Amino acid sequence: MKNDINEAHEAIEYEEDSENIHKDRRIVVPGEIIATGEDYLPGEGARRVEENIYASRFGLVDEQGRVIKVIPIFGAFIPRRNNVVIGRVSDITFYGWIIDIDSASAGFLPIEESPRFINKNEMDQYLGIGDVVAAKIWSVKSKGIDLTLKGKGLGKLEGGFIFRIIPSRVPRVIGREGSMISLIKEKTGCNITVGQNGWIWVKGPNMEEEIRARKAIEFVAEKITMKGLTEKMEEWFSEN
Amino acid sequence: MEKEKTRDSKEFIRSDGRKWNETRPMIAKVGVIPNADGSAMFAFGDTIAIAAVYGPRQLHPQHMQDPSSGILRCNYDLLSFSVYDRKKPGPSRRSQEISKVTEWALSPVIDLEQFPNTVIDVQIYIIQADAGTRTAGINAASMALAHAGIPMKDLVCSVAVGKLDKQIIVDLTKEEEDFEGGEGPTDFAIAKIANSDEFSLMQLDGKIPPERIKEVISVVKETCAKIYEVQKKALKEAVEKTENS
Amino acid sequence: MSSMTISNLTKEMLKKMFSSKKRFDGRDLFEYRELKIEKDISKKAEGSARVCLGKTEVLVGVKLAIGEPYPDSLDKGNLTVSADLLPLASPRFEQGPPGFNAIELPRLVDRAIRESGMIDLSKLVIKEKEKVWTIFIDIYPINDDGNLVDASTIGAIIALQNTKIPVLEGETINYEKKRSEPLPLVEGIAPISISFYKIGNSLFLDPTREEEEACNARITWGISQIKDQKFINSCQKSGEATFLSEEIEEMMKILPKKFEEINEKIKKAK
Repeated sequence: MKNDINEAHEAIEYEEDSENIHKDRRIVVPGEIIATGEDYLPGEGARRVEENIYASRFGLVDEQGRVIKVIPIFGAFIPRRNNVVIGRVSDITFYGWIIDIDSASAGFLPIEESPRFINKNEMDQYLGIGDVVAAKIWSVKSKGIDLTLKGKGLGKLEGGFIFRIIPSRVPRVIGREGSMISLIKEKTGCNITVGQNGWIWVKGPNMEEEIRARKAIEFVAEKITMKGLTEKMEEWFSEN
Repeated sequence: MEKEKTRDSKEFIRSDGRKWNETRPMIAKVGVIPNADGSAMFAFGDTIAIAAVYGPRQLHPQHMQDPSSGILRCNYDLLSFSVYDRKKPGPSRRSQEISKVTEWALSPVIDLEQFPNTVIDVQIYIIQADAGTRTAGINAASMALAHAGIPMKDLVCSVAVGKLDKQIIVDLTKEEEDFEGGEGPTDFAIAKIANSDEFSLMQLDGKIPPERIKEVISVVKETCAKIYEVQKKALKEAVEKTENS
Repeated sequence: MSSMTISNLTKEMLKKMFSSKKRFDGRDLFEYRELKIEKDISKKAEGSARVCLGKTEVLVGVKLAIGEPYPDSLDKGNLTVSADLLPLASPRFEQGPPGFNAIELPRLVDRAIRESGMIDLSKLVIKEKEKVWTIFIDIYPINDDGNLVDASTIGAIIALQNTKIPVLEGETINYEKKRSEPLPLVEGIAPISISFYKIGNSLFLDPTREEEEACNARITWGISQIKDQKFINSCQKSGEATFLSEEIEEMMKILPKKFEEINEKIKKAK
């Protein structure tokens, strides 16, 4: 089956903090004081009240220079422009496909945004209900999310299977400059696309490797603060 | 329960051995429902509440969506076997009222404008009821919302304060709620934003002179600070539990 | 958690996996997940239990009240089983009137229990033809990770086994008074339900939610044992696919073994 999905995860925009995944991180709850002093600037998930920086969500403190952020550990997917997501076709309308991307709004894929020209009459032949795509979020509006399949590593996914991890763990699974996901791909020989919405597609040379790849990813996804995870995973692969 | 009049005293010991300002043993656990985006359990002694949060997610029907803000939707109810007289499944007027005041108790800490057209669903159920169910529910829901990664400026803490005649007591049991002596029973359920001088739930039934409300506020502040510590610990432990699973 | 409906490609993958006798969690096709049981989880219930089958969790409570006997069973107490699929347990359970699953679940549990004769309802008469004990079994899934039926039946049985009849003072029940009289349960009978699920041409037991969503049929058997003889007390097939006679024969071979195994697990877990 023709499948030109290739290194799609590189299309994902990394969270700025993916570089710092290995630093020691403090867990904070809403209302806790993270730091005191005029020097600090509150970033996402934090706010300033007088001289204190407070946590505005439950998560891990991330300090980059003077900016203090709180990164979520659990929770639903909040869609952003340029996110690559994996979704399931839930409906076909006159103008395009409705895609369930497992977020508060459904995604809409206009017919013009398919990777090649699709005739209005053959829409369901290209993408039917229940089919899976790797798409990029083009815009996030209050009424919905616009998607496109134009781009490297995007399009209809065939074969393999998809499963979900908690969205905030995606940077962990990708790793610094893609190091973790590359390791998993190498060790299992699988093609893997990681969606920012927590959905992951795996297609491998055989069932055993596909199952192994999923196990590895789920293992990594649970190690929220562990350092030296890449080394740990080398070990894991020799034992599993 | 004795119908004696009780004098107000800081040395007062209650029938279960507690001091006037002591809560029942509190138990809090986060992550009890894997399917939910966030979940928690909170108990005051024999009153046990569980809460699950789903969202932000799509709100149906569409005409209920608010383009300027997300909606916080709370549903509180008792499980049929949580009370001696079996509660028939289905919402009652009491549970509908508690659902609404719970929503008002929690919404001040959430910036709902960040999530237009969506809903954050909070489901609270009481597994075992021994008074203080709405306060246990709010404490559980507060943790569940944080667990779900919902941007919140603070946690919400809740406890009920009452009177045995003239004696103010904190976190009543059902027996204490039903006390008939002297000035009669009083049940004052209060929720406070943990690190701020703001009260988001206030429901009173009974008889209490206005001069004594200040005392009530003061002991509520003290008690909520303790509840916040319990909630904080449970949230942080949830991370460890996940990593070591 | 996700409310996303299962995709075509994952369904295909699961079909292939089951044909090759493989599952994501490494279990055999007819292997049940880890069973955890907790008794007496609510002091206000006459009997109660929490059952976890893997990540599936169900709470079951038994309450007793006084009622009138049904006209066609004036010499027997009443048994009512209900289930409330709380939206708490899954992003797929919406609030409102019950869907088909919500109607099916309590009825499956009801029949497994009633048809086994586990409860001697004739011993629950208070005043002949006028007043009887009504047993309410209320099932609440707390987390749905597949196979709620089997987990719920185990929960109901455990709850019944630790139920104490409340004290009757004249015409009213004093729920607060300490009770010691157990329900009139027939010794030795403890039914369970064993549900076989089907994907493609593969039969298997105890699916996770993901596996359950890929199924196209299920058949739930209520099975119990009196002395040395096992009996099938109830059966219900759901879903659009069909079962072949050889599959039914295969199930009949597996059922008795599974019944023993699960009862062992229950004994250990209690």
